[in-house]
Amino acid sequence: MEQTNFQLKKQDAQSHEWDARLHRATRATRKDWIGRGISYLCIGVIILVVASMLWFITSKGIATFTQNHVSLWKFLSGTNWAPDQGNIGALPMIVGSFAVTFAAAIVATPFAVGTAIFMTEISPNKGRKVLQPVIELLVGIPSVVYGFIGLAVVVPFMRHLVGGSGFGIISATFVLFVMVLPTITTMTVDSLRAVPRHYKEASLALGATRWQTVSRVILRSATPGILTAVIFGMARAFGEALAVQMVIGNAAIMPKNLISPASTLTSQLTTGIGDTIDGTLPNNALWSLALILLLMSLFFNALVRFIAKRGQLKNGR
Amino acid sequence: MDAKRKDFIATVVIDLIVAAVVGILVFLLAYILISGLPHVSWSFLTGTTDAFSGAGGIGVQLFNSFYLLVLTMLISIPISLGAGIYLAEYAKDNWRTSLIRSAIEVLSSLPSVVVGLFGFLLFVVKFKIGFSVISGAIALTFFNLPLLTRNIEESLSAVPRNQREAGLSLGLSKWKTEIGIILPVALPGIVTGIVLSAGRVFGEAAALIYTAGQSAPVTNFSDWNPMDPASPLNPFRPAETLAVHIWKVNTEGLASNAAQLSAAASAVLIIAVLLFNLGARVLGNFLYRRVTASK
Amino acid sequence: MLSLRSGGSTILKKRHGVTEMNKGSKLAMGIAAISLLLVGCGKATSSSSSKGSSSEALSGKVTAVGSTALQPLAAKAGANFTAKNSKVTLTVQGGGSGTGLSQVQAGAVSIGDSDIFAEEKDGIKADKLTDHKVAVVGMAPVVNKDAGIKNLKMAQLKQIFTGKITNWKEVGGKDQKIVIINRAQGSGTRATFENAVLKGTDAVKSQEQDSNGAVQKIVGSTPGAVSYLAFSYFTNKLQAVSIDGVTPTDNNVETNKWKIWSYEHMYTKGTPDKATTAFLKYMDSKTVQDSLVKDMGYISIHDMKVSKDAKGAVTQN
Repeated sequence: MEQTNFQLKKQDAQSHEWDARLHRATRATRKDWIGRGISYLCIGVIILVVASMLWFITSKGIATFTQNHVSLWKFLSGTNWAPDQGNIGALPMIVGSFAVTFAAAIVATPFAVGTAIFMTEISPNKGRKVLQPVIELLVGIPSVVYGFIGLAVVVPFMRHLVGGSGFGIISATFVLFVMVLPTITTMTVDSLRAVPRHYKEASLALGATRWQTVSRVILRSATPGILTAVIFGMARAFGEALAVQMVIGNAAIMPKNLISPASTLTSQLTTGIGDTIDGTLPNNALWSLALILLLMSLFFNALVRFIAKRGQLKNGR
Repeated sequence: MDAKRKDFIATVVIDLIVAAVVGILVFLLAYILISGLPHVSWSFLTGTTDAFSGAGGIGVQLFNSFYLLVLTMLISIPISLGAGIYLAEYAKDNWRTSLIRSAIEVLSSLPSVVVGLFGFLLFVVKFKIGFSVISGAIALTFFNLPLLTRNIEESLSAVPRNQREAGLSLGLSKWKTEIGIILPVALPGIVTGIVLSAGRVFGEAAALIYTAGQSAPVTNFSDWNPMDPASPLNPFRPAETLAVHIWKVNTEGLASNAAQLSAAASAVLIIAVLLFNLGARVLGNFLYRRVTASK
Repeated sequence: MLSLRSGGSTILKKRHGVTEMNKGSKLAMGIAAISLLLVGCGKATSSSSSKGSSSEALSGKVTAVGSTALQPLAAKAGANFTAKNSKVTLTVQGGGSGTGLSQVQAGAVSIGDSDIFAEEKDGIKADKLTDHKVAVVGMAPVVNKDAGIKNLKMAQLKQIFTGKITNWKEVGGKDQKIVIINRAQGSGTRATFENAVLKGTDAVKSQEQDSNGAVQKIVGSTPGAVSYLAFSYFTNKLQAVSIDGVTPTDNNVETNKWKIWSYEHMYTKGTPDKATTAFLKYMDSKTVQDSLVKDMGYISIHDMKVSKDAKGAVTQN
């Protein structure tokens, strides 16, 4: 009895030891922790970068209201932009930015989606060998070159086509359309390729035509990805300054129509920032423009995320 | 209208769209190359710029562009790889993750000049790094991170689920599955993303004006010690890139042939991007073959 | 049972892990190396910048930032200067007059380049800065060749830029709408032009561009366009306009017969170090003033027969 008890105890101790061994992390598990740690660290770095940028722009952007005591409402609804004289109505630039961004996205999306369908469904070979490299090449053209080509080609063309001086929202839309096309197209291609193969196969097997498959199955399930592509395109249009500035006319007046000179938040920001003094109203006002830009893109982001989520639900169930 | 007809019409419309896009692309490239190439010569490619008029060669700028690109990629690829793995693999689908994603996307929509000024006030002025390659590379990293992270995450998520399940069911840890199985399969997509962002880095001017600077001190190309002030590899020297040079020639250049100079520099830039793209593609395919042991 | 199962899987992991682990650790090492590099960079800079301040004879670091108009001259002179003093590192950057003044005031750079007097900028304590005038630049109105205008009265010019005259035929030109291209608000060129021509009245809101090169291109390609440029940017595509019969030439600027001109300033704060002082002296020397300055289309400070103060009052030398 005693002996068996002892044996049992010994067994118990042994199994405890086994237990401890089995519970101890192996090298692979530790590696897994390290890997996880590294990826957390990386995302941490990005969050830090974003947070410091946000803090930087916000603290500079709100100085207009806290230090110079300009009323927020006046800033957002005023139409007179003359910071040197203390008038900072940002509405013309807000309207201008919205107009060119939306117009460029509206024009570019069908082209980008069409091209992406061609590259993935109609002729993947030509798409991969010819279209994709050329499109990627376009991203590398500096905006200043786009600006000067716009000035040499688009502005005179618009002048002959619709009259006026040729500078205005319509010219800017055209230039931005070309500039955001590569971004939207490549990202759309990625999301079309990410649609599981069997979706397509199932649809074709059911006797659907190619277009039916593309429009009802592939585009539907790629919608969130395409929307993201469009936001990224809009983001580029939003942030673009050098090229837009050359063709939009860069005049801080309310755009009356598509062919009168206007300006965007970024074009005013880029034009003015070098000539202002840190901490004065003209400088702070420009940072407030940057802040609006930031808030606007936050808003768009939230909006598209919301749409994408709803699209996903409908698709999934 | 029956389905077949619709299919036909849709195909024609798409073909037309593609034709229009190709037309625009071809026009742009032809415009840049035709107006620029006749002015490109060997001495233009290797010569030094006259600081006074902006005339002369672009040798130093060309080197600077590549060096800056390499440095930027060295910083941003590891970070966005880690972040991409986090988002694809570890992040839970909750409000926090969606906040992180929004933050990343917001970062990408900031105008370059804002990022440039941020870099200027923080690195150049506050940390006293000065106008330098490294300041420029960090500023460019800010642009690169969102695009690259997003791309890596997408390429990773696009890998079929069963490959991931296969890895896990073999008893591999999540991390090892990711590095050993998923990453190699996703590599071509990642390479495309890198190429795309490299193009943007190459063409960026506004963010570099305030960080990497607008002067290209003549460097001694026989001196490869990165710590030497005259060495081309010294990350603390100011470095005007090709895109910044084009911008400068166009905005304040006094050379009588400024238009030709900028056209020629743009053509060189396009060709450099082209070579880079091809190189990266070849490398991507090679890596893919090596890592997956497929032909 | 439970522990056994997890143990089993870890053993399996271990067996499989060998090759993958290496890859994982390589990646981890790569990331660690990058972060080390980043940290290392920070350290390296702090040591290199402290080296700059302890200067004997002629060595050190001079950074000149600001006016883009002065940049080419400063850069060329700087290159010549460092050719003689190889121990001096001289960096010339643009960024705009406002940036130059802000940064020299903040002590971040040794020289702030500016197109305008520090007194003219709000937010700059001019009495804390020392002015070094290094060149004079003349500016003139320029019009597109098609407008058919070669001479204007000062009053007409004022009416054009305040929006009272909107067609070239009202001042003897073609029947063509006037398209006004301004420089950015706060830019030195615009301040000089408006001080001399508008004398306190506000310009009509119009297109704004932030560089001489952009103005040059836009006026050259847009029918009916009018703007103003420094003499050195005249091209055969533009028509420089005489005012009241006085032609825009260097000689007329030197005697103040041509009224639209300004100094190029290099501002320093406190007592500049030896290298900076030597460079400023070099800028004022005959070598620079008699050859470089003239080659570039600037006017030598030595040739001026009048001088202007910050309020715009002109006195004979």
